[in-house]
Amino acid sequence: MAEAAIELAGINKRFGAVHANRDIDLKIEAGTIHGIIGENGAGKSTLMSIIYGFYQADSGEIRVGGNSVQIQSSSDAIALGIGMVHQHFMLVHNFTVLENVILGAESAPLLGTSIARARSELERLEREYGLEVDPEAIVEELPVGLQQRVEILKALYRGADILILDEPTGVLTPSEADHLFRILRQLKDEGKTIVLITHKLREIMAVTDNVSVMRQGAMVATRKTAETAVEELAELMVGRRVLLRVEKGEAKPGGFLLSVHNLTVRDSRGVTMVDNVSFDVRAGEIVGIAGVAGNGQSELLETITGIRKAVSGSVTLDGEPVDLTGEADPADLRRRGMAHVPEDRHHMGLVLPFEEGENAMLGYHRQEKYLKGPFLDIEAIRADARDKIEKYDIRPTDCRLKTANFSGGNQQKIVLAREMEQDPKVLIVGQPTRGVDVGAIEFIHKRLIDMRDQGKAVLLVSVELDEIRSLSDRILVMFAGRIVGERGPEASEGELGLLMAGVEEKEAAE
Amino acid sequence: MEAFDTLIAVLDSTVRLSVPLLFAALAGLYSERSGVFDIGLEGKMLAGAFAAGAAAAVTGSAWAGLAAAVVVSVFFALAHGFASITHRGNQIVSGVAINFIAAGSTIILGQAWFSQGGRTPLLSAEGRFNALHLPFADAMRDIPIVGPIYSELLSGHSLLVYLAFLLVPFTWWALFRTRFGLRLRAVGENPAAVDTAGISVAWLRYRAVICTGVLTGLAGTYLALAQNAGFVKDMTAGRGFIALAALIFAKWKPVPVMFACLLFGFLDAFAIRIQGTPLPVIGRVPVQLMQALPYILTVVLLAGFIGRAIPPRAGGVPYVKER
Amino acid sequence: MSAPYAKLPAWADYGLIPLINLTVAFLVAGLVVLLVGENPFRAAAILIDGALGRGQGIAYTLYYATSFIFTGLAVAVAFHCSLFNIGGEGQAYVGGLGVALVALTFDQILPWWLTFPLAIIGAAVFGAAWAFIPAYLQAKRGSHIVITTIMFNFIAASLMIYLLVNVLKPATSQAPQTRTFLEGAHLPKLNWILEAVGLSVRSAPFNLTFLLALVAAFLVWVLIWRTKLGYEIRMRGHSPKAARYAGVSETRIIIVTMLVSGGLAGMMALNPIMGDQYRLHVDFVTGAGFVGIAVALMGRSHPAGIVPAAILFGMLYQGGAELAFEMPGISRDMIVIIQGLVIMFAGALEHMFRPSLQTLFASFSPRSVGAQPSEEGRA
Repeated sequence: MAEAAIELAGINKRFGAVHANRDIDLKIEAGTIHGIIGENGAGKSTLMSIIYGFYQADSGEIRVGGNSVQIQSSSDAIALGIGMVHQHFMLVHNFTVLENVILGAESAPLLGTSIARARSELERLEREYGLEVDPEAIVEELPVGLQQRVEILKALYRGADILILDEPTGVLTPSEADHLFRILRQLKDEGKTIVLITHKLREIMAVTDNVSVMRQGAMVATRKTAETAVEELAELMVGRRVLLRVEKGEAKPGGFLLSVHNLTVRDSRGVTMVDNVSFDVRAGEIVGIAGVAGNGQSELLETITGIRKAVSGSVTLDGEPVDLTGEADPADLRRRGMAHVPEDRHHMGLVLPFEEGENAMLGYHRQEKYLKGPFLDIEAIRADARDKIEKYDIRPTDCRLKTANFSGGNQQKIVLAREMEQDPKVLIVGQPTRGVDVGAIEFIHKRLIDMRDQGKAVLLVSVELDEIRSLSDRILVMFAGRIVGERGPEASEGELGLLMAGVEEKEAAE
Repeated sequence: MEAFDTLIAVLDSTVRLSVPLLFAALAGLYSERSGVFDIGLEGKMLAGAFAAGAAAAVTGSAWAGLAAAVVVSVFFALAHGFASITHRGNQIVSGVAINFIAAGSTIILGQAWFSQGGRTPLLSAEGRFNALHLPFADAMRDIPIVGPIYSELLSGHSLLVYLAFLLVPFTWWALFRTRFGLRLRAVGENPAAVDTAGISVAWLRYRAVICTGVLTGLAGTYLALAQNAGFVKDMTAGRGFIALAALIFAKWKPVPVMFACLLFGFLDAFAIRIQGTPLPVIGRVPVQLMQALPYILTVVLLAGFIGRAIPPRAGGVPYVKER
Repeated sequence: MSAPYAKLPAWADYGLIPLINLTVAFLVAGLVVLLVGENPFRAAAILIDGALGRGQGIAYTLYYATSFIFTGLAVAVAFHCSLFNIGGEGQAYVGGLGVALVALTFDQILPWWLTFPLAIIGAAVFGAAWAFIPAYLQAKRGSHIVITTIMFNFIAASLMIYLLVNVLKPATSQAPQTRTFLEGAHLPKLNWILEAVGLSVRSAPFNLTFLLALVAAFLVWVLIWRTKLGYEIRMRGHSPKAARYAGVSETRIIIVTMLVSGGLAGMMALNPIMGDQYRLHVDFVTGAGFVGIAVALMGRSHPAGIVPAAILFGMLYQGGAELAFEMPGISRDMIVIIQGLVIMFAGALEHMFRPSLQTLFASFSPRSVGAQPSEEGRA
């Protein structure tokens, strides 16, 4: 075995009730590219932030170059030769490249000498690694690929021997990503150690020497990349969860209730998040959108429901067009029969400081049954809330309790009860069981099937592949903003996993 | 010629009136550039003025007055830092509180210590920063044009006036040519970038608010020991807010801050000068309109009708490590 | 206003912590009294006696409290929408113009009970109008409402002085004020209420506006917790994202909230102008707009907290006057310090004692304290 650049032993980290890292052991060999792969929320970023001193582990040991070290802050990590390229760049947007590079690594109280030194050092790095970037350019005016290069330069300028990259290709085009990989290989040849965090199998196979798989906060396996295969990694990553049995009969699809045509959406940075997406959902069927989080599903949902603005394309709800200018009134869509269970329950689906009863009408609060003129009909609101509490078995049963005091599963039931009881035509559901206990999961799944059987069109987005597979009548896989494939519910986990990981369809078929 | 003399006189008082604004606006620049909003400039300036007046009255030394002003102002600045940096409190609320505490305590303590209705005793020449005469000021007085400009406009101000204007290039230099300035600007835009670069966000912001304290102390000293001969209750009279307006108007940049302060100082000097005499073309301009003009201009700027005033991106938001 | 802190029992949250904060504020104020060389306990005794000891004092206390209820409600309504309206001072000042215009127009032809409702409308409309521009700029152009409302305070002061000096001042008068209103714009005093319970009031400006303030407090409670509009205001205040999801227009809710807030601030003007001075004059607001910030923070933005907080500040103002008389070292400006300290400790340092209190509670019963279950934060 080669010498270890970093060794972790028994690392644990909790955030409140969440056990983000559990008993992590990891050895990263010096002079290699080591991939760490896992789904969103598997604990990869937390682990790397511990190595970089952004968080402190609750317990465990870190060894760098064979010596046990305490990393209390980022400056400790930098001193140990560790550099990190964060998923969200840690750049000052209105600074020049040079200023960003020297920030925190200035050689003297006056900038003049630091800047001169940095300029010649940047030239050297440019020569050695092909990391070209105009040192005088303002960072926010650079394309993301170059901004990332600035982050790498920052780390190298600080003399990093170990470079951690957190989801570096998330914002890159494929050709930019290829360029990045060339740079990483070159860095490796110079003797640097690279840790690459990603959820994309293709990248792991393309550049890494070793790969470790994380799942639900634990390190489940480490392999030599040459000795493993995409299928094995996909399985390790997704895990063989207990398949939840959902009793359901045949779907009896009716007319088209929701149609999406050539929809394209960009985020505030101008990055295309939804790329020319088209699909239909018919009455009486559940269409599931599978995909690793961050591949455009959230933006797709928010655009369909009128919250976010589209660049182009159209959406029709029961034959009538939906306003996609970003000025749409979600309340109007509700009246037209579109119900929406949002992904972000805590900030969008619920107002946590509100009483349960107040959340049970959120978005429908203009309906006459809740009002007496301009006044809230408190009795009616509470009666309605109690009714839903009983029907959906929400606990505790007190509708005057603050919503923040309900468990995740019960909070989700509050949202579901609200949206389902409106008897909508179309139900849009994002991550229905995220952070929900097992008992509630079963209940929620049953309800979704009921909705289907009542002839509603259900669009389900989930990062839980099991959930998609057990509920959907048709499965669409989303990757990098595009629908990359459609499968029936009988599709295997491995097949879907490959699509989700961005492996091209024809490759997957081989 | 008479018009020229009037112009020189107006410009001369423009300079005098803009100095406290300049100190205070530069003070705010340090804090706000580091991401800590400060609507408590008024209070810190007032506390500084009182401390200057009181210490100068007791010791008879202007320098002791200045030292006391800086110490007291920095204390208030640290209180703002304690609330908004350490305890991540609301920066606006904290600033409002500081204004009130300063307004009340200067009067109470002034009355208790000096029993002159909230004033501090009238200072003698030693207790003040007096006008400095530049070399040859008297000799050049009679040279046309250049003479009055040199001997009236440039000469004859207190040390603090020259200091205030020197602080403009100094602040520019500190902000854009030193390590401290680089980090200060960075922490106001993206504290996480500073944190991951291994620099303490809190300590950096504390140093920024200390700078603010020192400069508001100088602003107060100027009011009490140069413009006046002692502290008078409520003597800042909203200048802290005009300074804040100037800072926004100048988009948080040192040299434009100077011009904004000079503009607002000029409006003030002009309003005093015309006092109801009708102007050619426009006729009589109400003095109140002149007084309100700095605020009106700032609102217009904030509304984005003449350029856009974009504050430091992390301003007003306490830094919490994301998780 | 969500706080990233672990839970405490409700009584600690709503009772103990505010109490500790207030106590600390008053302790620090006591230190200032010590610094002045007076005995803080004697000062407190004089203050309380001056405010509540006699009928006269109580009447004045309630007169001051009346103004503070309005301005406190104004700040609180905006807080519920997570807007910080520092412009109460200016809105009240301009509200005074509305009152004066109504009074000057109708005092000769109408009895007070007809002038009063018109004056209420005048005050509210003018106050709301003054809040409208900052609200519009915040909603439409993203101009920071804190800064614009501060600027509007100063603009209001200049505007009102101009109007008083150049427009409203009778030609015969020297002072910048309107003519004195006739009987038709004099609000009845309420001192008889105090006299009815056996207290004696020589003459105090305690007037009908106090009852209007109580009604306003009740109506604000109804608005915030019992109407659709209030529900939407709170929704936007807690979570703009949820409001967007629920189809609440951000622009509309910001503007409407600020109109209500400005209207309430404007109504403060009724108290001194129609209840006491019977004329509009310079600087009649005397900081009441700012006291409103302290009152709202102390009353936790709830009318049931604001009314007692306003009365406490009324006591401080009235008792402070007595105190200044008895202890020449301490003028009424002591109140301004207390006001600042209350804002500091009940506002900016609101959470200072929370961590230690949590540790304390945890050591008694580990189960009562725990991080909120959260699954959203996983990186």
